[in-house]
Amino acid sequence: MLAQLLAQWQSPSFDFHAFAPEIIVVATLVVVLVLDAFTGEESRWASSSLAGIGLLVAAIPIATLAYDGADRVLFGGGYVVDTYALVLKALFLASAYVVVLLSTNYIAEGDYWEGEYYLMVLASVLGMMVMASARDLISIFVALELLSIPAYMLAAWRKRDLKSDEAGLKYYLMGVFASAVMLYGMSVIYGVTGTTLLSGIADTIGPAISSEPIVTLGIVFVLIGFAFKVSAVPFHTWSPDTYEGAPTPVTAFLAVASKAAGFVALLSLIFVGFWGRSDVWEPLIWVLAALTMFVGNLIALRQTNVVRMLAYSGIAQAGYILSPLAVAGTDPEVASQALHSIVIYLLIYAAMNLGAFAVVMAVARKTRSAESSTFGGLFGYAPGLTVAMTVFLFSLAGIPPAAGWFAKLGIFQALASAGTPSGYILAVIVAVNSVIAFAYYGRLLRIMWMDDAPDGDTTPIRVPASITAALGLTVAVTIVFGVAPGLVTHFTDPIQLLALGG
Amino acid sequence: MEDFLNSWGLSLAIFIPLAGAIVMLVIPRAREDLHKVIALATSLLVVLMGILLLANFDYDDGSTLQFFVDKSWIPFINSRYLVGIDGISLPLIALTMLIVPLCIIYSWNHFPEPRNPKAFLILILILETGMIGTFCAQDLILFFVFFEVVLLPMYFMIGVWGGEKRRYAAMKFFLYTLFGSALMIVSFMALYFLSAEVPLPDGGMGHTFSMIQLPEAAQVISSGAALWIFGGMFMGFGIKVPMFPFHTWLPDAHTQAPTVGSVILAAVLLKLGTYGFVRIALPILPDAAESWAPFIGLLAVIGIIYGALCCLAQTDMKRLIAFSSVAHMGFVMLGIATLTDFGINAAIFGMVAHGLITGMLFFVAGSAKERFHTLDIARLGGMLKQMPRMGWILGFSAMASLGLPGLAGFWGEFPAILSAYQPGGDLNEALFRVYMVVAALGTVLAAAYLLWLYQRVAFGTPKEEFAHDPHVHDVSFTEYVAWVPLLVLIVVLGFFPNILFKVSDGAVTNAVAAMGLGG
Repeated sequence: MLAQLLAQWQSPSFDFHAFAPEIIVVATLVVVLVLDAFTGEESRWASSSLAGIGLLVAAIPIATLAYDGADRVLFGGGYVVDTYALVLKALFLASAYVVVLLSTNYIAEGDYWEGEYYLMVLASVLGMMVMASARDLISIFVALELLSIPAYMLAAWRKRDLKSDEAGLKYYLMGVFASAVMLYGMSVIYGVTGTTLLSGIADTIGPAISSEPIVTLGIVFVLIGFAFKVSAVPFHTWSPDTYEGAPTPVTAFLAVASKAAGFVALLSLIFVGFWGRSDVWEPLIWVLAALTMFVGNLIALRQTNVVRMLAYSGIAQAGYILSPLAVAGTDPEVASQALHSIVIYLLIYAAMNLGAFAVVMAVARKTRSAESSTFGGLFGYAPGLTVAMTVFLFSLAGIPPAAGWFAKLGIFQALASAGTPSGYILAVIVAVNSVIAFAYYGRLLRIMWMDDAPDGDTTPIRVPASITAALGLTVAVTIVFGVAPGLVTHFTDPIQLLALGG
Repeated sequence: MEDFLNSWGLSLAIFIPLAGAIVMLVIPRAREDLHKVIALATSLLVVLMGILLLANFDYDDGSTLQFFVDKSWIPFINSRYLVGIDGISLPLIALTMLIVPLCIIYSWNHFPEPRNPKAFLILILILETGMIGTFCAQDLILFFVFFEVVLLPMYFMIGVWGGEKRRYAAMKFFLYTLFGSALMIVSFMALYFLSAEVPLPDGGMGHTFSMIQLPEAAQVISSGAALWIFGGMFMGFGIKVPMFPFHTWLPDAHTQAPTVGSVILAAVLLKLGTYGFVRIALPILPDAAESWAPFIGLLAVIGIIYGALCCLAQTDMKRLIAFSSVAHMGFVMLGIATLTDFGINAAIFGMVAHGLITGMLFFVAGSAKERFHTLDIARLGGMLKQMPRMGWILGFSAMASLGLPGLAGFWGEFPAILSAYQPGGDLNEALFRVYMVVAALGTVLAAAYLLWLYQRVAFGTPKEEFAHDPHVHDVSFTEYVAWVPLLVLIVVLGFFPNILFKVSDGAVTNAVAAMGLGG
C-alpha cells in the first residue's frame, strides 16, 4: 500500500529560485540555532554577525528575482512572487538587518540570551517574507502566526523586568484574541465561498451574493484582526505599553517590520480577496483611519517618554497609511494609486522610524532612560545625533526635504485621485493631523536644540559602531529618498496587485 | 557663457548655498573664522551668479521664463524639476541674494547667544537655498518642497538664538505655517487631478504640476471646486503673508527672533506668500480669484488699519515694527486683490520696498537692542544725541517706511491705493473705492506711529540709565557695510522706480491678460 502510494507520488514542481530568500533565512536560522546549542559562551557574539550576514545574503536572490522580472505563481495561486512581494521582502530584510545592528550591543551587554534572540528575529522575518507572498487565507494565517509568536517572546525578552513581562503578556493576549477573531472571519468566508484562495474568494463574493450579511461579517472580522496588528484605533491599546516595556530594538522591530507585515496582509486581502466588496471595507477603513490619526496624535501630545511618543506617533502614522484604502474601491486607477502610496509610505516609514529608534537607543546608552527631558541640550554635546534625529522627526512630520514629505504626498495624491467628497475630507483630516503631529515632534526638537542638559551633564555619548552604521544607513535613505523620490518610485512603479492582476 | 547660464545658472544659484552649508558641516565648530569666511564667500558667489543672471536677463522679454531648465524629477507623479525666472521673480531673487550676505556681514562680530556661528551660518545658507528655490520653481511640488525647506532653519533660528519667549514663538511660527501649507498641498493635489490632461514632455497625456501648463489645464475645473481649491491656497499663502486674522504668529516670531532672523523673515519670507498669490493662485484660478478678491481686499484693508492701530499700542520697538509689517503687507495684498496689472506691479514693488525698508528697521532695532539690552520705547530716548548716525539712519528708514515720496516705500503704497480705484474684471468698483479710502487713511496712521516711535526713541536727551553707558557707541564698521547697500537702494528705487517697474511690468501685464478678466 505504502509502496504503491510512494510510486504514485510525484514531487511537485518546485521553484527553488522563487523560494531562495526564504530558504536562506531558514538556513541561517538553523546555523544560529546549532551554533548556540553546541558552542560555549565565548562564541555567542557570532550569532548576531551570522544573522546579519544571513539577512544580507537573502537579499541576493531577491535582486536576481527582480532582475528576472517574471511573476512566479506557486501552489495553485496561493503563493505569488511578484514585484510587490519582492519589494516588501526587501523591506523586511532591510529592516531586520537594521534591527540586528541595533540589537548587537544592547543584547550583548544586557545579559540576555543571545542565540535565541536572533533565532526569534529570523523566524519572525521569515513569517513576514511568507506574508508578502501569501495569497491564500491559510498561508496568510500561518505567516501571521509565524511572525507573531516569536515577537511575543521578544517583547518579554528583558526577563526580570516587570514592564517587559507586561509588554510581552499584553501583546500576546491581544494578539491571540485578534488571531481568534480573524480566524473566525476566515472560517465564515471559507464557509460561504468554499475556497481559501484569495482569487477564488474574489470571484465568488462579488455582487452576486452581495446581500449576504454573513460575507460582510466575515470581511469585517478579518479586517479587524489586522487592525489589531497595525494598531489602528480602537484596537491599539496594546501597543504603547508593549513598545515601552519591550527592549528598544524589539520595539523598533515591532513598530516597523511587524506593522508593515500587517499592512501587507491587509493589502493582499483587500486588493485581491475582498476587492469586489468595497461597500463593506471602505466605510470601515475610513472611520478607522480618521479615528487612528486623531487619537494617535492627540494622545502623543501628552507623552513625556520618547518611546511612548513614538508608539503613539506610529499609531497616527498607521492612520495615514490606512487612509488611501478608504477610497481605493472607487476604480482600478485609484486603487493603483492607493496601493503605490501605501507601499511607498511603508518603505519610507521603515527608514525614518528605525532611525528615530536608533537615536533613542544611542541616547539611552548614556542616560539610561527614554524620558524626553533627558534629551535636553543634546545639540550641545551630541550634535551628530541631534541632526540625525532632526532629520527623522522632520521626515515623520512630512516636511521636505526629508523623505516623509513624499510619502505623505502620495497619501494626499491617492485621496485626491478619488475625486469624491469623502476622499477630500479625509485628505483634509490628514493635513490637520500633520499639523497636530508637529506639535510633539517639534517639542522633542525644542528639547534637544533649545533646552539645557539636565543637571548640566554634558559628557559626550559614545555611539557603538553598529548603531552608527544603522544611523548612517537610515539617514542616507531618508535624505536620498526625499531629494530624489524617483528612486523609490523606480522600485514601486511596476507593482500590480489588483484582483484583476492577481 | 549664455549657454552655461541657460542650463546651469539657476540651479547653481539655488544650490551653491547648500553646497557651502555641506562643506561647513564637516569643519569642526571651533574654527569660527573659517566658518564665517566660507559662509560669506558662498553668499558672495551667489551674488556673482545673481549679477551674471541679471546681466544676461532679457529685459525686453520679461514675460517669458528665462534660464529655463526642465528635467525629469519624480516621473511617478509627473512632477518635474522646472526652474525659470521672469520679471515677477527676478526682483525678489535679487532681493534675497542681496539680503543674505548683508546678514552674514552684520553677524560677523555679534552672533546672538548661544553663539555657535557654525550652526547659525549653516542655517542661513540652507534658508537661502529654500528662498531662491521657491522663487525659481515652476512646478507646484518643487515649489512646495522649497517653500517648506525655508521653515526648518527659521524654526531653529528663532528657537535657539531668539529672545526669552523663543520656544513659544518658534513653535507658533511653525504650526501656523505648517497648517497653511498642509491645506495648500491638498489644494495642489486637487488641482492636479481636476485639471485637464496635458501633453507631457516624455510623450503621452497626463495630469501635471507644471505652473506653465496649469493655467490652461485648470480651465475645466468647475467653479465650485475652484473656489475650494483657491481657499486652500489662500490659507497656505495668506498665513505666510500674513493676512489678518492669521497674522498673530508674526509679532511673536519677529520679536523673539535674533536680528538677522527678523531681517530675513521680514525681507524675504513674508514675500513667499504674496509671491505665491501672484505666481500660482491668480494665474491658475483667475475666476476663483475674482470671487475671492473682495474678501481678500477686505482682509487687506482690515490688516492695514488693524496693524497700524496695534502699532500705536506697542511699547516694544521690535514688536511695533513687526505690526507695521502686517499693515504694509496689507497694501501689497490690496494691490493683488484688484487683479489689475497696475495693482500687481505695485504689489511687487511693495514687496521689494518693504523688504529693504523693514529689513533696515529690524537691523537698527537689533543694533539698538544690543547696545541698550532693551527695546522698551519708554526707556529709550535721545538716540540722535548719543548716537547721531544711528539716529539719522533710523529716521531715514522710518520716513521710507511711512511712504515719503522720493523713497522706495512710496512706490509700493501709493500705486496700490490708486489701483483700488479701478479694480479689474467684474469686481465691484464702489466696494474697492471704499477700500481705497480706508487704505489711504492707513497711511496717515502709519505716519502717526512711525513719527511717534522716532520722536520717543531719537529725540530728547538720553535717559539716565544709559547716558554714561560705555556700551552705547555709534554705528560700527560691519554695520555700515551691511546697511549702506540697503540705504542706497531705498533712495535709488525712490527716485527711479522705473528700474523695477520696467522689469516686472511685462510679466505682470502678460499674466493679467492671460487671466482673461477683461480688466
